[in-house]
Amino acid sequence: MTIIKKIILPALLLIASQAQAVEYNQVQTNQSALTFAYKQMGVAMDGKFNKFSAQISFDPARLANAQARIDVSLASIDTGSADADEEVAGKLWFNAKTYPLASFVSSGVKQLAGNRYQATGKLSIKGKTLDIVAPVTFQSDGLKGLFDGSFNIKRTAFGIGTGEWADLGTVADDIQIMFHLVVIASPASSSSTQPARKKP
Amino acid sequence: MIIETEGLFKMSARYTTTAIVLHWLMALLIVVVFPLGLYMHDLKLSPLKLQLYSYHKWIGITLLLLAVLRVLWRSTHTPPPLPVTMARWQKRAGSAVHLLLYVLLLLVPLSGWLMSSAKGVQTVWFGLLPLPDLVGRDKALGNLLGSVHESLNYLLLLLVLVHILAALKHRYVDRDEVMNCMLPGKSLKGNRS
Ligand code: HEM
Repeated sequence: MTIIKKIILPALLLIASQAQAVEYNQVQTNQSALTFAYKQMGVAMDGKFNKFSAQISFDPARLANAQARIDVSLASIDTGSADADEEVAGKLWFNAKTYPLASFVSSGVKQLAGNRYQATGKLSIKGKTLDIVAPVTFQSDGLKGLFDGSFNIKRTAFGIGTGEWADLGTVADDIQIMFHLVVIASPASSSSTQPARKKP
Repeated sequence: MIIETEGLFKMSARYTTTAIVLHWLMALLIVVVFPLGLYMHDLKLSPLKLQLYSYHKWIGITLLLLAVLRVLWRSTHTPPPLPVTMARWQKRAGSAVHLLLYVLLLLVPLSGWLMSSAKGVQTVWFGLLPLPDLVGRDKALGNLLGSVHESLNYLLLLLVLVHILAALKHRYVDRDEVMNCMLPGKSLKGNRS
């Protein structure tokens, strides 16, 4: 009896809790959104990226293993104006022909308090890589996990908008990037990749 | 011709200083904002284009404000009387053109404001005063309002030309005082602000 109480029962409990430890790793790109906000002539503007792919593995109980990688198709930008979309994909801005993707690769996640976390990582755009720190909130609704967060970048730090656009009075330097990721959990710990899909 | 009428109506031989200032200030701003609208529209996207769009919108909203003031002035004042020698149809045509001009001076900037809202670019007057977006973002509506703004502008242009030609006819063909009523000058008897 003591053997059962002292060893087998705890072992069983451990196995049970391991089985319950869920990892959020199936990104639902079609329910997720990647948006941005900036100022143009003092007017608040916003837009979104229609195509991106993300690989995430996140288990709140094992933060040390948390990983995220997001690749954004820069040509999929939607500023609300076709002229602007074309201009921004061009040489002076993203130069999307040469640098089609912007990538974020996480280097660590830590808990701040409750459901608030902080992700650090490297953001690469147009051949430049810079460190990024982004606060993220995580909410789970059963097997569905929601990640929401935002961070600011200076567009000039990445050489986005050069030449005549370097004038920060017209399009401001600060760009806010916001993400909303819907990630389904599975007991398996293998991360999966979802092909990016254009939203209707 | 100087006519003094006391009593029910505020009447004078010349428009009041307020009316004259409003008239010419609006004329000046329209001469700036109209070609600016045409010019900026055809520019390729550049910082200059974005700046000119903002300036166009700021001046346009200023015109809307002035138009409201003018309609208020007009609804509380009676303009100088027209010469008795003028044909009835001319007086009627004049009133009709003036009425339409007032309507267009309100609708042209209003359509511009609504178009900007629908296109998702809020109007922030002189970069300081954010105007509410009266309609939500809607690409199709934005394009429609763009065509409305353009069409109303060509109607405005037509009426302004008729208006100018009529004023010149009064001055150089009829040789009456109608055009002088809206010109600044030596104070006439009965002029009031
Ligand atoms: C009395 C005042 C105004 C006049 C006479 C005026 C005149 C014009 C004209 C002639 C055009 C070119 C038409 C075209 O080719 O599409 C134009 C375009 C435009 N106007 Fe105005 N406008 C006025 C007020 C405003 C206001 C108040 C706004 C916004 C707050 C505005 C926003 C625009 C925009 C955004 C365009 C460009 C449309 C495009 O590129 O598709 N306008 N305006």
